[in-house]
Amino acid sequence: MTRENLFSPSPSARITIKPIELNDIVLETFLQNLLNALQWGSFYSLIALGYTLVYGVLRLINFAHGDIVMVGAYIAFYISAALLGKYGMPQVLPGWAVLALTIPLTMVLTSLVGVTIERVAYRPLRRKGAHRLYVVITALMTGLILENGNLLLLGASRKKFPELIDKVIYKVGAIYVTNLKVGVILTSVLSFIVLHFIITKTKVGMAMRAISYDKFAIPLMGIPVDTVIVFTFVLGSAMAGLAGILFALSYPILDPYMGMSIGWKAFIAAVVGGIGDIRGAFVGGFILGIIEISVVAVFPSSYRDLIAFSILLLILTIKPTGLFGVPHTTKI
Amino acid sequence: MKKVATLILALLVTCMTFGSSFAADTIKIGFNIPLTGEIPKVGESSKFAAEMLKADINGQGGLKVGDKKYKLVFIYEDNESKAESAVAVAQKLIDRDKVLAMIGPNSSKQAVPAGEIADINHTVMVSPWSTNPDTTLDRPYVFRAAFLDPFQGPVAVNFAMKQFKAKKAAVLYSLANDYSKGLAEIFKADFEKKNGKGSVVAFESYGDKDQDFSAQLTKIIAAKPDFIFLPNNYNEVALTVKQAHDLGWKGPFMGSDAWGSAELMNLCGDDCIGQFFSTHYAAAGATGATKEFIDRYNKKYGYIPDDVAALTWDATRLVLQAIQEGGKLTGNLRKDRENLRKSMANIKSFAGITGNMTFDEQGDPIKCAVVVRINDKGEFVFTESVCPDNN
Repeated sequence: MTRENLFSPSPSARITIKPIELNDIVLETFLQNLLNALQWGSFYSLIALGYTLVYGVLRLINFAHGDIVMVGAYIAFYISAALLGKYGMPQVLPGWAVLALTIPLTMVLTSLVGVTIERVAYRPLRRKGAHRLYVVITALMTGLILENGNLLLLGASRKKFPELIDKVIYKVGAIYVTNLKVGVILTSVLSFIVLHFIITKTKVGMAMRAISYDKFAIPLMGIPVDTVIVFTFVLGSAMAGLAGILFALSYPILDPYMGMSIGWKAFIAAVVGGIGDIRGAFVGGFILGIIEISVVAVFPSSYRDLIAFSILLLILTIKPTGLFGVPHTTKI
Repeated sequence: MKKVATLILALLVTCMTFGSSFAADTIKIGFNIPLTGEIPKVGESSKFAAEMLKADINGQGGLKVGDKKYKLVFIYEDNESKAESAVAVAQKLIDRDKVLAMIGPNSSKQAVPAGEIADINHTVMVSPWSTNPDTTLDRPYVFRAAFLDPFQGPVAVNFAMKQFKAKKAAVLYSLANDYSKGLAEIFKADFEKKNGKGSVVAFESYGDKDQDFSAQLTKIIAAKPDFIFLPNNYNEVALTVKQAHDLGWKGPFMGSDAWGSAELMNLCGDDCIGQFFSTHYAAAGATGATKEFIDRYNKKYGYIPDDVAALTWDATRLVLQAIQEGGKLTGNLRKDRENLRKSMANIKSFAGITGNMTFDEQGDPIKCAVVVRINDKGEFVFTESVCPDNN
């Protein structure tokens, strides 16, 4: 197959397309930025997945989610510091083993935090049949409580996340990529696949989808709604915990407000993808990452948020339910 | 008889109440500092230095003004490292706490708007650390202890041209930060003046609370500069330097005085070793009063004081010296504040621990800057001193 055949729609069309010689530096910069965008988009994706899971089941925008990511990062910090022998414990494990232990422990502990928040803040309101608006406000307040509680408890000084694995910088042509970057991208793809499997192929996933469809009829079918909701928060918060560790590894400076801005943006990514659908969250996260990075790559960087969010606004104007979204009659 | 006795008693009571209110035995100074938020270490340093000074003076019975000794009362308020909070804090210190003078805010981002409040309320404000010209510009009540960015920018340019033999520079700055943006622009103008138009090959920015700079850095590295200038806060510097190394950057960085926090090396680690930045004083290798201050601070708080600590010490002493030179305090806050402004403006030279300063008509000190190198132990080692005359 020749190059012309690849480009022209049919052999009969007499259009000859000359292959464009890509300037090396342009191509290299493009590939480097693609990698940057995939890494940055991975974080949006992981966080957006948590937003969308809770929204899909409860129709609740869990605005505390970004701050749960922050809590996850701090939990990871303390677990790894303890395993590294900071608090009088002997250090017996090498760095990679510490990381291998920190990830599941953080995910478990962060999901406990998520479940506690659901139990203490959201469930009582749900029981009283409060309007969803009040639950959203509660979520906002929970986020603020997490931020300021952390500030009070641990002080305003930032924490430096330890480097658990030796950083390896690979050089492919003129493109640089670290082992961490590859790890982050693979993890986010993997967690999407796992989540997708849980939701479409398992019984509890079916129950989650069912509650999302009709939360009044489902209890009548004998499905324990509260258990399924708790499971949803376990999944969502475990994702937040995972995002927290990976974020802390990639940007190793922790502060109480670190989850706020990325949380908001990931929420926007989830909406653009179509909130309530995990495919939407996954794709939306990468779209936002790619748009942000490519705007900086092409335009002066001071225009980044202006242009990036104008593009997202345009997407929403054309498709208000987001890329994968289905219209609902009541939304907040 | 009874009437006379009552009259005398009434007179006595009046005298006592008025007397005590006229001659309050304390001097209140407010501190508008970032104890939380972006740069909490800066606020902590300021507070620690001020506490040390207060303990010294109150230990000697207070500050002698005229022939009377006054105890110092320092009020620390947190401006959360936000411009709007700094304004609110300034208003509170001036109106409610009725301070005689205000020290801070430290960053230009807060000092520029808070200076407006101090000026319209006719209260003396001294910013220890702010280097942006707008802080004191046309504000007779606002002073500072730091040099200015129009001076600091060329210091960085000249040093980089000499040290790195640089012909091409790249700049990455924080768009939402007055200090960073101002200094980046001054640097660019000066570098292009000396190396020709277009010699700043990349001039990139990022937003508030950004953590990922990979796109900007990719662009910068592709432009192949001789060094990268980072006029940013230490927390952002730590992230930027690491990410640049991840993207294959092996060249040098040049920083500005916002790097000089005691927390920089905790956050940045090995990545920052060997880099240079311009600052107000070099702790390693200091002598005389500066060394005495560093040793005492280190003994008391367990770390080497950064430039903010030293500048707060100088700024506060500057105010105290002006109060003493003002002669006496009347107890009428408006008069005393006005009087303090006059004596502040009359100070022609001052021997601070960050160097000798003389003041121009804007209330800005004319003083030397130093360039330090971060050595293998993470100490800021003196490399070069640049004074306004030989620049």
